[in-house]
Amino acid sequence: MSKVKKKTKKRTTKKTTKKTTKKRYDGREANELRPIKIESGVLPNADGSAYIEMGRNKVLVGVFGPREMHPKRFSKPDRATLRCRYHMSPFSVSPRRSPAPSRRDTEIGMVMSWALEPAVFLDRYPRSVIDVYAEVLEADGGTRTACINAATVALVDAGIPMRDLVASCAAGKVDGRLILDLGDVEDKEGEADVPVAYMPKLEKVTLLQMDGVLPPEEFKECINLAIEGCKQIYEIQREALKKKYGITDEEEAEE
Amino acid sequence: MSSRQGIVSRLKQKKIHEVLASGKRMDGRGLEEYRDIVVKTGVMEKAHGSAEVYLGKTRVLVGVSIQVGRPFSDTPDKGVLMCNAEFTPLAHPTFEPGPPRAPAIELARVVDRGLRSAEILDFDKLVLIEGRDVYMVFVDLWVLSYDGNLIDAAALGAVAALRTAKRPVHKVKDGKIELTGKMKALKLRKEPLAVTMAKIGDSLIVDPNADEEEVMDARLTVTLDEDGNICTIQKANWEGFTVEELHKALDLAQEKVAELRAHL
Repeated sequence: MSKVKKKTKKRTTKKTTKKTTKKRYDGREANELRPIKIESGVLPNADGSAYIEMGRNKVLVGVFGPREMHPKRFSKPDRATLRCRYHMSPFSVSPRRSPAPSRRDTEIGMVMSWALEPAVFLDRYPRSVIDVYAEVLEADGGTRTACINAATVALVDAGIPMRDLVASCAAGKVDGRLILDLGDVEDKEGEADVPVAYMPKLEKVTLLQMDGVLPPEEFKECINLAIEGCKQIYEIQREALKKKYGITDEEEAEE
Repeated sequence: MSSRQGIVSRLKQKKIHEVLASGKRMDGRGLEEYRDIVVKTGVMEKAHGSAEVYLGKTRVLVGVSIQVGRPFSDTPDKGVLMCNAEFTPLAHPTFEPGPPRAPAIELARVVDRGLRSAEILDFDKLVLIEGRDVYMVFVDLWVLSYDGNLIDAAALGAVAALRTAKRPVHKVKDGKIELTGKMKALKLRKEPLAVTMAKIGDSLIVDPNADEEEVMDARLTVTLDEDGNICTIQKANWEGFTVEELHKALDLAQEKVAELRAHL
């Protein structure tokens, strides 16, 4: 078993959520996302690709396929398999981490697939595989959400038919306050972290996890807060795609 | 488990949907009904703690081993808790020998997160020499028979095993640690238990069995401590939940966890 770095959340001491206007460690408001930049079509050899900067997270995603599944026995007779690989570069965190895949990486790959699958028309490509490779070049808290945001754009860039875009960000509780899009420090020091992925048009939550402890009411608030963040990210994803394909707002309105 | 890649006969899939639509399940249970649960503790002699959970035909054996070892470098002043899961090939015809695959890793990590988030143990007290010698609590989740819902069975087994576990007592003498020959019970701060629900079509069911897991559109695991606080959440599979569906599931989990707790 790999000895991955474990983090222990601070005990929840405050029962109620403080309504403060105190700025966060990076000067953000409680419901403010970090700056996000998404670019699509950045890898020449991938069928689709995207690069995202979400705060100081830097993630590159390449999509390959639909293509033949190897080994063949893993193929599904009625639909394509969406296979996500989440991987962190050794220099993405300090101190350096081993490049070998950890148990955490395996799980995140799996939940990425679950987050993205509801949006993809997998039944169009029976027996095939769509590989989504996410490389975290620099990590700053919330890498899985950054990976999902970029992977969605990369899937569209690969020309794969989609029901909706999947936008993702986390909400959580730090110092007794519910906040949006936790940075690295907040993620490690905070009481709870709830990563969410959401399809804004279909109004469905496709990723939902939690680390830490929350009373049910605050958990529900976190979901709503994260969904609001996802809606903002959705617009940024659309802009990135429109820019790549030279679609102006006027042209879009005509359609 | 989705990655078993089992091919469900369309007939079975159709039948499960039909029966659910009429408010029943293939095995005769109600939608919100658990299968029979049996929890036995102290089933292994050499382990420091153990428990075996039968959830219908699902059977998970949990062994707790406690030893002294080096702490993680980022928490030199805390003891260590580690969960590890193994799908033994005895458990199902589709399980093969070999290193743990994604579903086993997910099982271990979801159970682990529940215990860790709830801070089940007072890790500050499991330190002998800071930065060098701390108690390491290994929780091994051994799947002996698979018929769905491994998470709830394993989480219940883990808490039951830890409740009854006794650790060896050491003393520090001249910068060295020595065994005293005494044993001491681990004190649990919280008892987090998992409730897993599956969404099949428009139905939300509790405690999915293997057939139901093969056809389920989505799965949601909610881990709750005895105060009703949520300690971890895991959503799985290729469908999403609406916010209303999530709220319904959270309320249902609060209700069902009491039944599980009665087995501790």
